[in-house]
Amino acid sequence: MNILLDLFLTFAKIGLFTFGGGYAMLSIIENNCVERKQWITHDEMMNITVIAESTPGPIAINCATFTGYKKAGFIGALAATLGIIVPSFVIIYLISIFLDNFLELTIIANAFKGIKIAVGLLILDAAFTMIGKMQKKRLPRTIMICSCLAMLCINIFAWNFSSISLMLIAAAVSLTVFILNGKPAPKGGAEK
Amino acid sequence: MIYLDLFLGFLKVGCFAFGGAYGAIPLIRDVVLSYGWLNDEMLTYMIAVSESTPGPIMVNLATYIGSSQAGFPGAVIATLAVVLPSFMIILLVTALLKTVLKNRYVQAVLRGLKPCVIGIVLATGIYMVFGNCFGAVAELSFHMQSVIITVVLAAAMIGYRHIAKKKLSPILLIVLSAVVGIAVYGV
Repeated sequence: MNILLDLFLTFAKIGLFTFGGGYAMLSIIENNCVERKQWITHDEMMNITVIAESTPGPIAINCATFTGYKKAGFIGALAATLGIIVPSFVIIYLISIFLDNFLELTIIANAFKGIKIAVGLLILDAAFTMIGKMQKKRLPRTIMICSCLAMLCINIFAWNFSSISLMLIAAAVSLTVFILNGKPAPKGGAEK
Repeated sequence: MIYLDLFLGFLKVGCFAFGGAYGAIPLIRDVVLSYGWLNDEMLTYMIAVSESTPGPIMVNLATYIGSSQAGFPGAVIATLAVVLPSFMIILLVTALLKTVLKNRYVQAVLRGLKPCVIGIVLATGIYMVFGNCFGAVAELSFHMQSVIITVVLAAAMIGYRHIAKKKLSPILLIVLSAVVGIAVYGV
């Protein structure tokens, strides 16, 4: 089969059958691209996971772009990335046409009142999981707590200050501290 | 112009969405509320729908918001805009700048960004859960039904983790919350 078509179809399948976002997709991508198709090696897969965590955007998109590029250059990256987008695009587009009418039914509206609460809890739970994986050092903790308090104030008092500005400030603070701390510490000696 | 707004808004989200889907939700909230595209309520519903349908959550949200604001072309534009930054960045990193992520200044920036994202996600979670139970801070009230549902769902999440030693899947939680919602509000 044509490699571009193969890339597109494989990633379309991955996009169609994975629920729950990026991290759930990683194991399925690994299964398809490393074990079955052998498009990339296991090491490359590990690498791209690390890169995906340090770059913005959906993790699944990062993996698709990387795998496509490795196999067939720019066009391959395009085919794989489109593959992962198209199924969810079609599904969500169809839902978006009907959702408003759907919500007018009382039983559905009640269900969504419950769902709204689940979403809040899911986000809170995601935050706790991320905190658990965070480096246990003073600077990241301080940044985390200050950002949290600032974001709460932004929400509560409807301050006109975007979360992006908050992220830029945190990046600047971290970079400044790093530069002020002077010489790069040798490996393992960076704890403060 | 709505197409340009959608493109720029979601390009911004795509550029700053560190930390996966949950890291992106506060950004999408920011953009969507500041343009007035959806209210908080519809956005929350849509997060649940994105969570329960296949595909990356960020892409799902972009498609929905684009479609609700400007039909099919809007959906295409918002979806492409949210994907474009990570597509370009991965191409750059794999093709040209293999070592850029190991650069210690880049690392220092990332060390600041990651905890900040976590703080933002935590604040968003607290704000949403509190808002569901007690309304806006300006006009506090007590929503008995919401409090009951919150307690039931939190107990289900924590109980499941203790018994099954793994997380309750988001889809199951959403299905459960729908059932509880129908039961509590329908009575």
